[in-house]
Amino acid sequence: MALSGIQIYKMLPQTNCKECGFPTCRAFAMKLAAKQVELGTCPYVSEASKKQLAESAAPPIRLVTLKAGTEVKAGNEVCLFRHEKTFYNKTGIFIRVNASDPELAKKVAAADAYKVNYVGMDFTVDGFALVGDADMAAAVKTVRGATKRPLILIGDTNALQAGLSACGGETPMLYAADASNADALADLAKGKASLAVKADSLDALADLTQKIQAKGVEDMALDLGAKNMSEWLTRSTQVRRLALKNFRALGYPVIAFPCDAKDEAVAAAQAISKYAGFIVLSEFKPELLYPLLVLRENIYTDPQKPIQVTPGIYEINQPKPESPVLVTTNFSITYFAVANEVEGSGQPAWLVVTDAEGMSVLTAWAAGKFDAERIAKAIKGFDVASKVSKKRVILPGHVAVLSGELEAELPDWEIRVGPREAVDLPAFMKQALN
Amino acid sequence: MPIEIPKDKWPGSVRAITIGATSADGGTRAKSITVGGQTALPYMHFEAPMPNKPVVAVEIKSRKPEDWSTLLMNAWGDAMTSPAAWAKKAEEVGADLIVLALTLADSPSEAVAAVKSVLAASGLPLIVWGPGQAEKDNELLVAVSEATKGERIVLGICEDKNYRTIVATAMANGHLVQARTPMDVNLSKQLNILISDMGMPKERILMDPTTGALGYGIEYGYSVMERLRLASLQGDAMTQFPMLVTPGLEAWKTKEAKVGEGVPEAWGDWNARSINWEILTAMALVESGADIVVLRHPESVKRVKDAIGELVMA
Ligand code: B12
Ligand code: SF4
Repeated sequence: MALSGIQIYKMLPQTNCKECGFPTCRAFAMKLAAKQVELGTCPYVSEASKKQLAESAAPPIRLVTLKAGTEVKAGNEVCLFRHEKTFYNKTGIFIRVNASDPELAKKVAAADAYKVNYVGMDFTVDGFALVGDADMAAAVKTVRGATKRPLILIGDTNALQAGLSACGGETPMLYAADASNADALADLAKGKASLAVKADSLDALADLTQKIQAKGVEDMALDLGAKNMSEWLTRSTQVRRLALKNFRALGYPVIAFPCDAKDEAVAAAQAISKYAGFIVLSEFKPELLYPLLVLRENIYTDPQKPIQVTPGIYEINQPKPESPVLVTTNFSITYFAVANEVEGSGQPAWLVVTDAEGMSVLTAWAAGKFDAERIAKAIKGFDVASKVSKKRVILPGHVAVLSGELEAELPDWEIRVGPREAVDLPAFMKQALN
Repeated sequence: MPIEIPKDKWPGSVRAITIGATSADGGTRAKSITVGGQTALPYMHFEAPMPNKPVVAVEIKSRKPEDWSTLLMNAWGDAMTSPAAWAKKAEEVGADLIVLALTLADSPSEAVAAVKSVLAASGLPLIVWGPGQAEKDNELLVAVSEATKGERIVLGICEDKNYRTIVATAMANGHLVQARTPMDVNLSKQLNILISDMGMPKERILMDPTTGALGYGIEYGYSVMERLRLASLQGDAMTQFPMLVTPGLEAWKTKEAKVGEGVPEAWGDWNARSINWEILTAMALVESGADIVVLRHPESVKRVKDAIGELVMA
């Protein structure tokens, strides 16, 4: 839990020597509380205070990073409900592969190459969960030939040791320490890997993490050992609540295995909505991966800030002076719905994106942020007239009501109403605009 | 080390609301459905038992829709030719409730006939939606409401501009209303106040906070529902109604669900992706506090019901 300025002041030398550049220790304490200065600026803080301050500054849920050619981070979350602040580190999505699979390299390569675009952002899988045995070291080499993404290694102590030694210079996660092997795995993971920890109850889980931490392993992930969705949700919520109250023994990201659930899609949806830091899917299936990636994006966007694009005039498929002028708003989802359709159709167009404060067409219209005046202002402001030979502007079908007013605002322009949905734009452009 | 698990204790609770009347209560339904009644956040069984589980409604239309995805058309097949056959099939695939959406082409007598045929074909409790144009909604829903007096059906959709007539007829004929507002906690409260002020008993209001589909606005609806549920548990009387949302309708509007050709290969198999789109939209809403989710595809109905079944295991 963050300390107040007063609490910090009590830990400082209180000599007001000014070496930190502040007139008093108290002033320095206030700046520290506001995270505007570094503790190291004061040369006289005692070791005990340093330790206490560092602990209080640690996030309630430890940031755990898996590293290889790319990185996946989980943890560092600060709230229970996204509207209170936001969720920060998106659930890492891992695909399970088997060391003994003769098609291992091929399967990994296919999933590794996966890329899907959602409103201008490219999403990929985050890494692979490699299940292996005596063949682990060889499998790691095979996987490394096909991907640079981080790994979760799953197997017994010998397999994990072999796998880890083949992971030169990277930080994978080892799965999993339980009561029977915690010592051995802690020794193995220390300084080299993060360690997943598994138990049947939160009590047992907390005991294990403390034991493992005492052996010097800081980066852990919690497998909640739940039998069904209900139990998983309960435990995941309890862990998040406890962690946010600074219960350090459970202050780690959670790892979930929808791959073992009765219905992988629903279990994965629950895990993403309800606090999982990492999830493992049974195989690479784009028809599930894409909706999960979109769900994750939705849950992890800041609810206070809609994703936006910059207002302006966008050129699609190299428009010419006679190409049509379309108008829309600067809400990312809206912009890309329109831009993708037009681009996919191969037909050139000028797309005028108005400043509607990041709202969709109807939302902005209802809120008075997408009206004739604003549209006219955009057309004039971006000097669209100088780019086109045919002064004709196409409105979204949902705001057909604006056409009269827009005619009044732009008397020398022809105002046309397009279809309601962007999917129908290509056909409309082909038929109605020639 | 035994951990002390923090438990929330809330001053408020959600109202329990019963849809559909059996013969004992003056209707003809084979059984009624009760939703709401919670005194804790969804599925937190360690804090309080969940008295009623969320339910799945299936949306059918009075006329075979022309703009529905071919995947839905194939899934329902011939059942779509009459609302009675469609309702029967919906019951077979596991619907807890039927939503019958009327269309602009229906006359009041046709609307009444469609509703009656559904009531005759299926014993499930019923929700009836107008076509979504204020005057037409009033015209059709009043006729339906009068013709089904005492059945305790839910009349939808009441919005701020169009709630008076629907609420009045629901009050007069022993029905319930669905109060819809566009994703805003305060607007929900306001509409609930307006409806209660007309004298509508609070045991007969469902709130519909509006949802968007996965990828198309669900991030707003999700949090509005969490906030509404928190408000009700904190004791805000005008938010203490069960929540109904329409993930099926929203998900099947998206390009991802509707279009099978000329889309990125990375979207994967069309049929599976579309159903996942609906299921994931519904599941996120079930997690955030939905009491009734209205779905469209038979497979989604089964899978979402199974998931709810697992979530309510204490
Ligand atoms: C998410 C949402 C919100 C979010 C905002 C999201 C955002 N950043 O815009 C929040 C919760 C904040 C919100 C708020 C409000 N909302 Co709102 N909201 C929605 C919702 C659920 C989805 C909107 C969406 O994202 N659609 C997806 C995008 C991609 O659609 P789109 O922009 O229209 O683009 C499509 C087409 O228009 C077309 N298109 C776009 N550009 C172009 C250009 C051309 C040339 C062509 C041909 C086509 C085209 O292509 C796109 C894809 O097909 C809708 C209801 C619904 N389910 O649709 C209500 C809705 C839009 N909201 C509504 C209202 C009333 C409001 C509020 C005014 C409520 C209030 N009084 O507070 C506020 C206004 C905001 C404010 N005051 O700050 C109403 C509008 C009613 C109306 N017809 O006037 C709706 C329809 C809900 C309803 N049924 O009542 N809302
Ligand atoms: S340097 Fe340290 S002791 Fe000196 S005034 Fe600053 S905080 Fe106080």
